Amino acid sequence: MAKKPTQHQDVGTTGHSWDGIEELNTPLPRWWLWTFYACIVWGLYYVVAYPAWPLLKEATPGLLGFSTRGEVAQDIAEFEARQAPMNTKLVSAELTAIADDAELVGYANSAGAAVFKTWCAQCHGSGADGAVGYPSLIDDDWLWGGDIESIHTTITVGVRQPTDDDYLRQSEMPAFGKDELLESEQIDQVVNYVMSLSGEPKDATMIAEGAVVFEENCASCHGESGEGDIDQGAPALADAIWLYGGSYDAIRESVYNARYGAMPAWANRLSEAEIRAVATYVHTRGGGQ
Amino acid sequence: MAILDKHAILEKNVTLLAIFAFLVVTIGGIVQIAPLFWLENTIEDVEGMRPYTPLELAGREIYLREGCYVCHSQMIRPMRDEHERYGHYSLAAESKYDHPHQWGSKRTGPDLARVGGRYSDEWHADHLRDPQSVVPESVMPKYGYLEHVKLDSRYIGDLMATNRIVGVPYTDDMIANAQTDFAAQADPDSDYDGLLERYGEESVQVRNFDGTADLTEADALIAYLQMLGTLVDFSTFTPDASR
Repeated sequence: MAKKPTQHQDVGTTGHSWDGIEELNTPLPRWWLWTFYACIVWGLYYVVAYPAWPLLKEATPGLLGFSTRGEVAQDIAEFEARQAPMNTKLVSAELTAIADDAELVGYANSAGAAVFKTWCAQCHGSGADGAVGYPSLIDDDWLWGGDIESIHTTITVGVRQPTDDDYLRQSEMPAFGKDELLESEQIDQVVNYVMSLSGEPKDATMIAEGAVVFEENCASCHGESGEGDIDQGAPALADAIWLYGGSYDAIRESVYNARYGAMPAWANRLSEAEIRAVATYVHTRGGGQ
Repeated sequence: MAILDKHAILEKNVTLLAIFAFLVVTIGGIVQIAPLFWLENTIEDVEGMRPYTPLELAGREIYLREGCYVCHSQMIRPMRDEHERYGHYSLAAESKYDHPHQWGSKRTGPDLARVGGRYSDEWHADHLRDPQSVVPESVMPKYGYLEHVKLDSRYIGDLMATNRIVGVPYTDDMIANAQTDFAAQADPDSDYDGLLERYGEESVQVRNFDGTADLTEADALIAYLQMLGTLVDFSTFTPDASR
């Protein structure tokens, strides 16, 4: 530790003298000095061992060959190798057989939950219960089918994506009002009819006429009794589950302007194993068929 | 040490002191400034990067104006967990046309460097209008007014010209057609062939982004967000280990 000023006789002075005031030549504290030297040694080691000096094209690589990118690639490869046995099994299994293999379904559910929270929860909710315009995945009402194969296809190609070349998840409801396919009055009638399928209409006197309009314009996709058609993603209208709201105004909006809900295709972002894992996860949430 | 004793000469001669002080500062300056002249070397050559289209550039201005960068970064770090959540780590090349870059320094919300194509346009519109309607846990403020503010393209050409001064390779053709391209990108019924030809068939998305009839600030912002991180073709990218 630093010597006290009273011991100045021991350390002498620097020889400077201003108006009789002298400067003690107290040495640096030893612990400080050694730390200082250690830092210099560490600095030299670092410069030699790690990328340090910027040159014209790139930095000096360093003897240890460390690179951030190399490290992350190694990290990823290590985890991939660890998961490889299960992922291979998952990818090679029949989709419908995953549920029978306790080990596989456990793995798929854990992995699927992570994928779901990262990529799906923003629309479908962290509890998979959906939001207005984004389907709930925990009920048994499915737009494009709720068996594991259908779920897998939907995740792979997305919904209404231009990349879906096989038209697996494509359909478009006509905008009956905006494109003047129906009179305003006919829309009122059919909305009342649709409401009557699962509850109370706003104006019961319109139901009979609405049924005719429905038969002629809507039944080909939504089914004669409004049961829906998963082959074209036409929602069931008789089950009191409403993707865009079941109020008179919301249904009228759906008929007038139509809806065009879309979901990204995940084939390019997720691996086949991840898609299968999240399909299994969704399938086992409770609504799976 | 003898050489240290000579220091007294400098201390006692003000001209010498000035000269040597200048020398020291010069060395420090060169060490800091010289590498900037080789800055280009730090940017990898990757395929797919192009300047922002006029609509995306306008969206980027709204991103800046609203201070999105305060809560959202655009910088995926080279770590495995970030790779899992956001995708491939960001490359310098991906922000080379950003003046200034939007790397950010804090994530209250998620990183947006690769948000393009991750959600539907409708989701973005819903989410800007009322974030909690789709993500109840979110603390993001509402930006519903964006879809009510019509955007006019009067100054977009000037903005592109300004960007060109700082190094964004906008061509005369791009600047001359700025207003046309601006309107075309948000209108799928328009003649947008020129836009695709100028900026690239593959990477330009033409849609009515916010679903409203007018061309609004929401259109521009969503166009910008839907493009983020989609340009570089990573199948052609080999990381250079020494970077």
